[in-house]
Parts: sequence; C-alpha cells; structure tokens
Amino acid sequence: MVKIGVAGLGKMGLSHFAIVNAHPEAQVSVCDPSKMVLDVVGRYTGVPVFRDYEAMLASGIEAVIVATPSRLHGPMVRAALEKGVHVFCEKPFCLDWRESEALAALAAEKGLVNQVGYHYRYAGPFRELKRLVEAGAIGQVTHVLAEAYGPVVLKRQGSTWRTERTEGGGCLYDYAAHPINLVNWLFGRPERAAGTVMTSIFSAQIDDEVYSTFTYEGGPSVQLSVSWSDESYRKMSTRITLTGTGGRLVADRQDLQAYLRQPPAGLAGYSEGWNVKYTTELTEGVRFNLRGEEYSAQIDDFVEAARDGRQRTPNGFAEAAETDRTIGLMLADRAGESPEALPSPRPAPPRRGWFGLKAAR
Amino acid sequence: MDRLLFGDNQFFGINHMSEEKARAQAMQFRDTAAILAVLDAAYDEGLRTFMCTTHERIGEICDHVRANPARYQGFRFYPCMPYAHKYANAATDHGMVGAVMHFMPDEGVLKTAMRGGMSLARKDVEGLAKILVDMEMKMFRGLETPVVFLQNVVVDLLLGMGMKESFRVFHDYVGERYGAEAGFITMNLPMLLDALDEVGIANPIVCSNFNKIGFRVSGGVEGYLAALRARPVRAIAMSVLASGAIPPREALEWVAAQPEIDAIVFGASSRRNIRNTREIVDGLYAAA
Repeated sequence: MVKIGVAGLGKMGLSHFAIVNAHPEAQVSVCDPSKMVLDVVGRYTGVPVFRDYEAMLASGIEAVIVATPSRLHGPMVRAALEKGVHVFCEKPFCLDWRESEALAALAAEKGLVNQVGYHYRYAGPFRELKRLVEAGAIGQVTHVLAEAYGPVVLKRQGSTWRTERTEGGGCLYDYAAHPINLVNWLFGRPERAAGTVMTSIFSAQIDDEVYSTFTYEGGPSVQLSVSWSDESYRKMSTRITLTGTGGRLVADRQDLQAYLRQPPAGLAGYSEGWNVKYTTELTEGVRFNLRGEEYSAQIDDFVEAARDGRQRTPNGFAEAAETDRTIGLMLADRAGESPEALPSPRPAPPRRGWFGLKAAR
Repeated sequence: MDRLLFGDNQFFGINHMSEEKARAQAMQFRDTAAILAVLDAAYDEGLRTFMCTTHERIGEICDHVRANPARYQGFRFYPCMPYAHKYANAATDHGMVGAVMHFMPDEGVLKTAMRGGMSLARKDVEGLAKILVDMEMKMFRGLETPVVFLQNVVVDLLLGMGMKESFRVFHDYVGERYGAEAGFITMNLPMLLDALDEVGIANPIVCSNFNKIGFRVSGGVEGYLAALRARPVRAIAMSVLASGAIPPREALEWVAAQPEIDAIVFGASSRRNIRNTREIVDGLYAAA
C-alpha cells in the first residue's frame, strides 16, 4: 500500500484522483481549497479530505500528485520534497526553468521519485516513433514538424488562471508544452529558438497560437506550430512529423505512418514504402481506463515507483526541466534577450489558501 | 432490447483509429440531412434503436423524428449523457463548481446557494444531478427513450472516485421521471458490475467494449466474460470491430459465440454497410 495525496481537484486533479483511487495499491487522500468540492468528495467517497496542503503532507502520505495552477507547482513540489514525499506534478512543471532544475536536483539528492504529467510519452504511437528513430529507421533526421491544434479558446472570454501567463496559462504552457516535450524526448534540448511568434486571437492577455523554429548543432531543424483556437479539431490533436535521409515518420495519438526507403535489418514488422500501425496494435491495455491508456499508465508507473522507491518514468523532473528551458529559449527569443538574462515570471502571492492561512513563501 | 442497435460516433467525427477517417466522416455528415439519410437507411433495414449522445445536433434529429411520426413508427432513442466535451470545456473555463453553475437554469435557490459558496447537503447534490439530467433530456421530449445511459467518461470517473451511490441516484431518477431504465457505459466492466451490485442495482444494462483482440477491454476479455457470468446482466457490446482492426464477419462471429452478450451497438455510414452488418448478425444468431 502506498499512501498518496492528490492536491487540487480541478479537471486534471479529479481525473488523477479517480485513476489513482482505482489502483489496488493506493490509499488516497485529497486536498482542495474549495469547501464545497471537499464536502461532496468527502461525503460521497469517504476518502480523507484536507483544506490545508501542509496538513495533508504532515498526515503521513508517502507520495503526492500536484494538480494545481502551474504557478503554484514550484512551492508545492518543494514543500513535498523537503518532507521526503515522492512527487507527481502536472505539466508544465515550473514557469522558471531555474526552479525546475533546482527541484530536479533536490529530488535526485533526496532519492525521491519525481514525475511530470507529459502523458504523450506513454501513448503507443509516440513510443513507437521514438523506437523507430533510435533504430535508425529513417537514417539521419533532418527536419521535424511538431504540431498541436485544438478548440480551447474560440471566443473572447473572462479571465481564469489559464488566461494569465504569470499563472502558467496560455497556449504556450497548456498546448505547446506537449509537442515541445516530445521533441525534447527525441532530440534533447535545442541550442536556439528563433522566429518565435506568440499571437493573441481571442484572449486579452495571452497567446492563442505559438510558432517557433528550433535548431540543434549537427541535428535537425524543428518547426513548432501550435494553436488552441482551431475549431476544426474536435479535441486536442498533437502530431510529430520527422523527415530523414531514409524516409519519413508521422505520429499522432491514433496511428503511426512510416515511409521507409530501406528498413534496417532486424526491424520486424516494417517493409519498404508506406507502413501504417494503428493504436489498436501499438497500445497496451491498462488496469483501469478513464480517458485513454496513457493517463492510467503514467499514474500506475508513479504508484509502483513510489512503492519501490525507484524512478521508472521517462518523465522525470530533469526531463520536464528541459522542456521548461526550451520554453525559456522561446520567451527570450521573443523578447530579444539572452535566456539567462530573462527575468522569471513575476511572483504573485497565491490567491487561494493552499498553505492554510500562512503567508506565501 | 433489440439485438442490434445503431450508434452515432460516425456522425460526429469520432474514430478511435485514425484522425483522417474521423475528418472524412465529419465532412460527410456536415449536413444533418446526410445523418438523416443514413438513419432512414438504418430504419429501412429494420433497425429501431438509435443509441446516441446528447450532442446538440441530435436535437435536430429529434425534431425531425417528432415531426414525422408515421415515418419513424416504433423508433426508439437510447440517449447517452452527458455530451462531455461541453462540460470539460466549461470546467477549464470556470472551474468545477463554475461549470456546474454554467449549465444550471438561472432561477432557483440551489444556484444562489452555490454562488454564495456554501456547503451542499446530500439532497442538494442529488437535486443538482437531477437538474443536469433534465437539461440533457430536454431534446428528447415526446420521443420514446426506454433506456437512458450515463456515458463512460462520467461512469468511470464516478467509479474511480468511489462515488457508487450516484449510480443509484441516476438509476432511480430516470425510472421515476422518464419511466426509463438506466444504462451504464464503461471501460471498466468488472469493477462497475461490482459497484452496481453493492448499491443494489439488479440485472443492470451495461455497455462496454467487447472485441476479439481485447482492444480497450481493461484487464482482458476473460475477466469481462467472467464478470457477466457471475450475475444476471444485460450486456451490450460496443467497439466489436475494434475501430476497424478486425474484419466485420470475423468480429461478429466472435461476439455471437459469447452467450453472455445480449446486444451489439455499431456505427455505419452507408446503407450497404448497415445491411451487411445486419445480414451477418441475422445469420449468426439464426444459426445459433
């Protein structure tokens, strides 16, 4: 049995709560500042509920899932690590990549399990894409097109934490972080970001579309193209297209298409020309399925890693810090500054009482 | 319950295997007239049950069926609620409490109470759930809805959180208010059946993935079939073709060989495919 707390019962928090609560080896408690939400959850599920995050940390939990507004990730993750608690944090990790790197170092030093919710790394077609690249299926990769589109903001709207950059909102953090994270998984952190465009379409204060070009020394060029204001997509759609000396690979949540000029010896199941693999054959079943196998698989990995005290995910804090640092490159490029000179987002006091009545750190 | 039920995923660009196929279908069914033409074909092939979401475009289908009672004699809807995308988007925009408020009628003490942020008594929570059911059922007024389903996104969320009592609330309310039986769609059938047992829902109507390759059958096909054998259940199989990964005849032969399964829901975009499926199913079950 692993005692796990879930902090934040918003959209992602509820989903994580349901998935982890269905795990036979997890004993779950929850924390949220809304009394009404806690009342309902406490009464109907019977799990222990907390309004104060520190009280939950002090209640003997061994691991925590942090699913609060992004700006709060840093202080909440640090508080957990300092108490020796394993941490799963929703994406994006931290708004300032220096904080991400510091937390990655702290988790490593304390030997604690650390994970960030970049669930696409658990989706069959993207896993297969990585396997093919590493097997040299398309030779040297020369260009990457990393895309995500979906219908989140389609009209002018009121303000929530997702509509403020200092809170970690905007298309950049909400959507673009995913394809950027997949590019990091395949090729690491780029040296440069150039031509970064972040445009508001409907939102008053933040970006609704994001475009940028990444370059790697001796590696591929990357074109990033992301919009969360595209109604022609029914829901979020993320796609990675790789062009190489030996062919082309296209992956999304549903399938993987591979054009191979000459499949490398030993790569079973692929032949010359076009190959299509569907999610039906690329996806392993899960124990409990709420909204897709990848969401369950990442939580199961976390529960089992916390139980064993051993890191097992491809999504550690260090990997998420690469994504935060890539985002930092883009913000610096847009501002015309060097990434090191760019100030971190303005710290604002938490509006809601995550740390009880105590002042923000 | 009919052996063969007609589903609606294909009309709304939902395809679990390919985004390209999903888009092609969204283009084909841009006009409601195109949906109606396929529904007419299904009716003319002898299908009488339309298992559909509460997508706003279904409202137009309902209007059409209401306006032409002679054409659609004996036609039944199995509404599946809620159409989750609108709630998910609202939850992103307004938070959990705000999302619920967003879909509530403006009058009423409950909304005032929630706006004030006060705590909710058990009867308030149940009252709220009933209001949400009524909102979803509005478009079906005057039509036959003998079974009303709760969608898997909600069923599995409640199941995971352990809010089992809510299944009872839903079950009792659709019976009382709509004279309907409750149905539950799930991706986690064995766990759901245990939960329904616990809250005393006997011989439930459930709908879940059943296919030869075990695609999205959480924990595996054997566990699903064993859970069905353990108590009386009326089971509907969905995703029998595993989004097209299994050829129709092979897929349906496998389902017909499982006596635990009572009905099949399927989607098709042409009369030819509807007839093909119906003929295979008629043949398989006549032989059995």
